[in-house]
Amino acid sequence: METGIRLALTLSQIGAVMVAVLLTVAALTLLERKVLSWMQDRMGPMEVGPYGILQPVADGLKLFFKEDIIPAGANKFMFSMAPILALVPALIGFAVIPFGPDWTVDVLGVNFKPFVITDINIGVLYILAFASIGAYGIILGGWSSNSKYSLLGGLRSAAQLISYELNVGLSIVGVLLLSSSLSLVTITNAQAGGFWNWYFFAWGSFPQAIACIVFIISAVAETNRTPFDLPEAESELVAGFFTEYSGMRFAFFFLAEYGNMILVSCMATVLFFGGWHAPLDILQGPEALHGITGIFWFSLKVASMLFLFFWIRATLPRLRYDQLMRFGWKVLLPIALGNIVLTAIVEYVVHG
Amino acid sequence: METFVFFYFASIIVVTAALVIGLKNPIYSALALLVMFFHVAGLFVTLHAEFLAIIQILVYAGAILVLYLFVVMLLNLKREEHFHSQWIVGLFLGCVLFAEAVLLVVKGETTLGDNLATPTASIELTQGNTESIGELLYTTYLFPFEVASLILLVAMVGAVILTKKGIMEVKG
Repeated sequence: METGIRLALTLSQIGAVMVAVLLTVAALTLLERKVLSWMQDRMGPMEVGPYGILQPVADGLKLFFKEDIIPAGANKFMFSMAPILALVPALIGFAVIPFGPDWTVDVLGVNFKPFVITDINIGVLYILAFASIGAYGIILGGWSSNSKYSLLGGLRSAAQLISYELNVGLSIVGVLLLSSSLSLVTITNAQAGGFWNWYFFAWGSFPQAIACIVFIISAVAETNRTPFDLPEAESELVAGFFTEYSGMRFAFFFLAEYGNMILVSCMATVLFFGGWHAPLDILQGPEALHGITGIFWFSLKVASMLFLFFWIRATLPRLRYDQLMRFGWKVLLPIALGNIVLTAIVEYVVHG
Repeated sequence: METFVFFYFASIIVVTAALVIGLKNPIYSALALLVMFFHVAGLFVTLHAEFLAIIQILVYAGAILVLYLFVVMLLNLKREEHFHSQWIVGLFLGCVLFAEAVLLVVKGETTLGDNLATPTASIELTQGNTESIGELLYTTYLFPFEVASLILLVAMVGAVILTKKGIMEVKG
């Protein structure tokens, strides 16, 4: 009985988070085009619905009804597996993200945390591990398509993911040193009280602003977005690893990319910008309303991060491949390592 | 229940490990290895070593195996027949080893059998296993840990020198 209730609660929670994520993806596809076009002094999609707000529905229907083509000479099994291997790691990471306060509610004798699916004590590593699994979908998709553009896109992506994954991991270490925990819930709780306690500012210790910038740059690279979108550089590689994909399989890769974007935005919010905490305690409202205000502030921060993604895309040109590698290994990596050393020293001196 | 879970993970590990060396397409071999890594991580989780489980996925599945796939694709090996000609020798050796293992277990003259029969009581951790591992590495096992890091550093320097041509030549 207890197991049954627990299962039902967890499943409904997973369902709610998945629906929220997928709806955000749908909204993002439209918002990205709108934001880009506003920045380029255009209107963006205007045809479907008022101001084009129904464009995601039209896009979804189009992808759903498109013919599903498997190219001749492709490895059928791998070709079907690759989009799934790309999508699952992108969605599975949301399991450890705390969207709101660390409440424990008693539902029919079962302890239940409404704002986080599961609070495991290695949450950060869990997300990093599954983010690195996402590379398989891209590599195998590129390889199984039996096309040289896809293969080159896949290989580029593999090299890029491995290089920048390292910087993501190292830039987080400073935060872990300050919070002395790998659980995202504990990390969020340690940042309560006001914006100066967020690890971006980290009042009374070493601010993680540099680490945050390294994290965001590496996250942009890991999600294959401009200016690091070499795996799908359309002027060189047609569309990179998903050149041969169409219909729903293409939609899976698309969902994975946007899902990853939301995931790294959530991570940046939780690690550097205080998660669901308001910038000032007054803005958080009374204790009983923390659930609502928490989700509000969390969404606002994630939305700002996503806007930053679009902004970068509209502003910066694509890097050359050797520039990308040199930047990752010779600029970001030493900065991230230096940040760890400095944080450790300051933290030792201050809190010993 | 625990025994059932253990045998599920163990059997999948054995099967996929056999597939890694048995399959002719190197890409499939790498994927069988990926499945194996995940099940090894599953074994760690059943032992309440979540940190090791995630590190297993992060390091082996996330980094090392991706590099394997990278190399395999760059070399574009279609089929690797070379290593499959020794299966008779391999089968013979495998049978001998298996017979030895069976003999040892049946005669019960090994400490391994005792350990299997009486599972040790699980140790209650006062802190998370990440903290426990960290504390052990930096206190009890500090020396081996530092030696290991030194060896890795040497390997890293070696790799840089091997790939970078002309680094050892005197410029004149």
